[in-house]
Amino acid sequence: MENQTKRYWKGLEELRNDETFVKNAHNEFGSFELTNSSENKSIVDGIGSDRRDFLKVLGFGVAAVSLAACEAPIRKAVPYLNKPVDTFPSIADWYASTYAEGGDYASILVKTREGRPVKIEGNKQSSVSKGGVSARAHASLLALYDIEKLKGPKKGDADADWDVIDKEISAQLAKGGQIRIVSSTILSPSTKAVIGDFTAKYPTTKHISYDVNSASGLIKANADSFGKAVLPSYDFSKAKVIVGLSCDFLGTWVAPDAFSTQYARGRKISSVKGGNKSMSRHFQFETTLSLTGSNADYRTTIKPSQEGLVALALYNKITGNGSASLGAEVDKMLDKAAKELKAAQGASLVVSGSNDASVQVVVNAINQTLGSYGATIDLGTPAYFRQGDDAAMNTLIDEVKGGSVSAVIFYGCNPVYDHPRGAELKEGLSKVALSVSFADRADETSSLCKYIAPAPHYLESWGDAQPVAGFYSLQQPAISLIYKTRQAQSSLLKWAGLNADFYAYLRNYWKANVIGGADFENAWTKALHDGIYEKGAVAASGAGTVAGVEAAVAAINSAYKANASGLEVVLYEKVGMGIGALANNPWLQEFPDPITKACWDNYACVSQKTAKELGIAQDDVVKVEVKGKSVELPVVIQPGQANGTVAIAIGYGREKAGKAGNGVGVNVYPLAQLKGGAVSFSAGEGTLTKTGDTHKVAQTQTHDTVMARKSVLQEARLAEYQKDSKAGRYFPHVVTSEGVKAPGEISLWNGYEKPNHSWGLAIDLNSCTGCGACVISCQAENNVSVVGRQEVINRREMHWIRIDRYYSSDAPVDDLSGLEVASENPEVTFQPLMCQHCGNAPCETVCPVLATTHSTEGLNQMAYNRCVGTRYCANNCPYKVRRFNWFKYFDNDKFDYHFNNDLGKMVINPDVTVRSRGVIEKCSMCVQRIQEGKLNAKKERRRPIDGEIEVACSQSCPTEAIVFGDMNDPSSRISKLLAEEKEGRAFQMLDEINVKPQITYLTKIRNKDVDASKAAAHAEHQHAEHGGH
Amino acid sequence: MKSSLFFKKMRNISRLLVVAMLTTVGFSAVAQDGDAANGESLFNNNCKACHSPKDEQVVGPGLKGIQQRRDLAWLVKWVKNPNGVIQSGDEYAVALYNKFGKAQMTAFPAYGETEVKDILAYIEKANTAVAAAPAAAGATAAAGGAAAESSDLFTYILVALLLVMLLVLGVLLAIVSILSKAVSGEVGAGDGGSFGDKLRNGLVAMSKNSAIRSATVWFFVLMVTKATLDGLYGVGIQQGYAPKQPIAFSHKLHAGQYKIDCNYCHTGVNRGKSATIPSANICMNCHGVIKKESPEIQKIYSAIEENKPIQWVRVHNLPDLAYFNHAQHVNVGGLQCQQCHGEIQTMEVVQQRSTLTMGWCIDCHRKTDVNTKENAYYDKLVQLHAEKSDKPLKVADIGGLECSKCHY
Repeated sequence: MENQTKRYWKGLEELRNDETFVKNAHNEFGSFELTNSSENKSIVDGIGSDRRDFLKVLGFGVAAVSLAACEAPIRKAVPYLNKPVDTFPSIADWYASTYAEGGDYASILVKTREGRPVKIEGNKQSSVSKGGVSARAHASLLALYDIEKLKGPKKGDADADWDVIDKEISAQLAKGGQIRIVSSTILSPSTKAVIGDFTAKYPTTKHISYDVNSASGLIKANADSFGKAVLPSYDFSKAKVIVGLSCDFLGTWVAPDAFSTQYARGRKISSVKGGNKSMSRHFQFETTLSLTGSNADYRTTIKPSQEGLVALALYNKITGNGSASLGAEVDKMLDKAAKELKAAQGASLVVSGSNDASVQVVVNAINQTLGSYGATIDLGTPAYFRQGDDAAMNTLIDEVKGGSVSAVIFYGCNPVYDHPRGAELKEGLSKVALSVSFADRADETSSLCKYIAPAPHYLESWGDAQPVAGFYSLQQPAISLIYKTRQAQSSLLKWAGLNADFYAYLRNYWKANVIGGADFENAWTKALHDGIYEKGAVAASGAGTVAGVEAAVAAINSAYKANASGLEVVLYEKVGMGIGALANNPWLQEFPDPITKACWDNYACVSQKTAKELGIAQDDVVKVEVKGKSVELPVVIQPGQANGTVAIAIGYGREKAGKAGNGVGVNVYPLAQLKGGAVSFSAGEGTLTKTGDTHKVAQTQTHDTVMARKSVLQEARLAEYQKDSKAGRYFPHVVTSEGVKAPGEISLWNGYEKPNHSWGLAIDLNSCTGCGACVISCQAENNVSVVGRQEVINRREMHWIRIDRYYSSDAPVDDLSGLEVASENPEVTFQPLMCQHCGNAPCETVCPVLATTHSTEGLNQMAYNRCVGTRYCANNCPYKVRRFNWFKYFDNDKFDYHFNNDLGKMVINPDVTVRSRGVIEKCSMCVQRIQEGKLNAKKERRRPIDGEIEVACSQSCPTEAIVFGDMNDPSSRISKLLAEEKEGRAFQMLDEINVKPQITYLTKIRNKDVDASKAAAHAEHQHAEHGGH
Repeated sequence: MKSSLFFKKMRNISRLLVVAMLTTVGFSAVAQDGDAANGESLFNNNCKACHSPKDEQVVGPGLKGIQQRRDLAWLVKWVKNPNGVIQSGDEYAVALYNKFGKAQMTAFPAYGETEVKDILAYIEKANTAVAAAPAAAGATAAAGGAAAESSDLFTYILVALLLVMLLVLGVLLAIVSILSKAVSGEVGAGDGGSFGDKLRNGLVAMSKNSAIRSATVWFFVLMVTKATLDGLYGVGIQQGYAPKQPIAFSHKLHAGQYKIDCNYCHTGVNRGKSATIPSANICMNCHGVIKKESPEIQKIYSAIEENKPIQWVRVHNLPDLAYFNHAQHVNVGGLQCQQCHGEIQTMEVVQQRSTLTMGWCIDCHRKTDVNTKENAYYDKLVQLHAEKSDKPLKVADIGGLECSKCHY
């Protein structure tokens, strides 16, 4: 696929035009790999059928008809015994709550149907998360219905009663000795108060928190520099120039949802006259192509061993001192970044993801020099997303190993699995007299504990959170306890001999410490209803001088190398899987990583050049050896990966997570280093050797490739756009006997009238960061099946919305040799793609049974029970958005995920049909929500108000890149947006085939300088192209 | 038999007429200035579950003649806060309280003089209206009887006609056979054998005729095919399904005789998809007092005691693939329950009256006018439709036949 200026590709196989790619691209349903021929060569493979298959189908058909003729089964209707006044069956109730797991925070609204939570959405009232909900938070809903959770407390391997374990644990605690509570970051102030009360009862207690994706270096640096051991609040929306140093702030660093919202706000542009036509410029220096790096305007690859020196060089360049060379490419980009940062004094921001305090001190110094404190960084309103102290955790493991701890309690963490010294902790745990875990399952850590006192899921619990100073939020249960679990807080209170009613405790805590005042009842009720209670931020304050810079510089100079030549191994966190706590979540396992588009695995990412040097290819299993430790895993050739480096994702290789998570990928936490007490994901130099095996990585990147067409992606550079808001747009023409015409001017179609509503989506490619929250949100809303690794390899994933990730290079289309160079560090564009709801839909014309038809509201409808599975529609869909149900995923033991047990089925949205085998499905534009919204309006005798109907993807988009609405309503947001962009960035995909989609895209704008010579070449090229017609 | 029934009805009606006339005269002396229409809706929504506007006792006393019994000020006080009145030691109130098994009336603190006056106006109207209503009912009943008789007669006539036509056919056949023999010159012979032989010979000849044979075969094949297809179309259709319920609840009694509003129990019908089967606490609103000893009602008590919800048998089973919303049809569309559920108020055991097939849905969507009155949602659609057509706006005209209205 290409347009006139650029060549885009989704994967290297496409760039190279591999044989398999060409074959698959021409075949909608892919070829089937016969892993077990006798099993798979059956009527379900869909490749061909023989006479026997025909007879089988015939026989089955006769049997089915005779069965259907039998008496219908008796179905029961069971009403409430005592119906709550405000609850009505079939009408959803919404509760405001809080998602706060290990420092990840989102204020959420929970949709419940008949008493069970079925969907999580963002709470737009919160000024911290601003309605942003990550893919992981969306998927956390499914963990509520995980059938492999413990059903009650355990003593060793045996089931126990709460009374018994309470008595035994209390007795043990009373014996004295050192007690340790180990947790991940706790955002809840009341929980901290509970731990305080527990400590008051047992004064030898120490609370240690650690974060897997630690920011303890940053906290320590702030303590060193300013005497404040906190994370500051950042505001990316105020920054004109942003520099990220190995910092994935849009994907995984500290508070990615909030940062994404801010980041997108600083990059919103409008084509209307007088509209904003400026946006922030983003430089990124990093090793692995991260979500943040893929959104950057300028991205430069560095090796992990250079990380500190890059920060130092930037500091020196800003302050005007000389610095050592880090390679021509890096130096050039650092010069440019330094120059622009200085020019944008007071509106610039430098962030680093390093966990090395000395690097963070230098970054503090840079920000101080640039006047960022008080402008884009606020130290006066600290954030609490990461509170872990790596050094304290290290000490704890030493203590446990040394046998000086007599009781250890694990709360919301799994250090045996996810701490680099997990194995040592595992050894030491046997020496601890009392070990208790609050984990919901017998995981790697809790299975070694003497007692497991399982805590319920957060949707079953009371709680609160204070993510940022002065901003509180409440957590309330949306379902009563499913199993015999008990909140960790209640357990701690109970063992401390206090009243175990945590709800009462929480209220009292809020009365005394949060709300106060005379009118507590009303304020509490309001806070519970809103989910948040915000006192507001104090005025942003600047910072004093940065102390300790010289020491930090010295430390950096000794620890980092400008040009190390060895192969460096680096660990990174995936946007979907995160730290692996939710590994038993099939939604997350099947969520394609935004960058590699791979799921159900972790793998060794290497650059094309490095792979060539090492003689390895995609899917080769390699042995990665670092400092005596080794792992074996497959290779993914990743454009944008720094040469001479290998990147491996954490969060995989769980052994005791459950059926979906066990044995998926490899655990690489043991490879992480401890540098000066801080956990460092740069594992150091290592080797990579081929084992000779292969393991196919389930990558979706080239599935559903839109065939060689122009105008799929349209993009321009900011300067071009400022001159001409139609810059980068592609206008196809059709040559007819009456001259050249636009495709829309001639048509075979009559079209459809849309007298009432015309539902549509506008997707701003410039705002989409590719985070994938919409993918999981859609999956939850529309009961999309999970198909498993092998079926993804078979190109049969079921997601209704996919995010196409395109790489592109600057080299002209005809410069074939130039393309390979560029693929080392390509530009990336994300394009969310769902059914385009074509007005002239090609799928509709080919359906022999009228199962897919058009509505008068602009929707392309799909009636599953009419579909006979010819799949003509999918073959004829130019956008490749139709999905075929190859199996009865909800009732087939081979897909033993949540859909196949009664508890897991509770997550099903009762408003959407669960599709059976043999039918096509696709995005319905959440027609169930449209119907509901329309009915609500009709019941109130009015028209729907813009914004009251939101589809799952638009609702969950943290950057508001997806806007949904009625295009017939001139006052709707989408109508206004399209009116503004009509003569600007608005385009429809594959305009030349005149299918008239209801979905409009807005061009991607890159804030890159326009190279004068290239611009001329483009113009010429364009001219030639037009002349050709 | 029939005539005697009819006379009995007439007697009843005349007796009622006398009573009605008397009551009208009695009441006209104390005319009220309330709004009877508003009173009716207030009464139906709030009072009807326990009170009848006549003098029969439901849960609480019948309200006929209440104005004679108590003055307005007392009534307002009582409605607002019955407990308060009892506590104050009011003699009448205490007596009432004791008489009705120490069950207290629900308080309506929001109600003032206006509301009470409206309700009183309705009660008065309801009792005046009694006069006309039974007379009309009697007339309908009589007409119904006549209709039933005439339909029987129609059947007799049809059967008689059929017989006559068969005879005519036989005669005609005989004539044809005689004439054909005459033509072939057999008449003169005179020894053609008995009529039976002739018929047999005729039939044999007919059976040898290939055209007749194939026609017969085709006739049977087509009949069997049609029967099979009809049978197949009937698969899964449960029209007439009337399963036995765990509790012998009678709609005839509740909705028919006591005229309890459907909304009172089926509370979700205006709100959402499900009309909702009432929860046991709704039953208890009345049966906390009435007929406590009945074994059927005892089942509700035991359900509550054991904390086990009552498992009713679902009568109307729409397939999962079809979306149906009661609120759309009842609240927005303004349909009566009976339109789909049949004369539910006459059913001792609820029965599925409609086929609930897609054809049935579509048919109604084609025929039914959209209830656009005072609904701003439809304003634009009505206007657009009026520009194109002078026929009323049907559901089908605004996308009521589209797949995604019911299937997603």
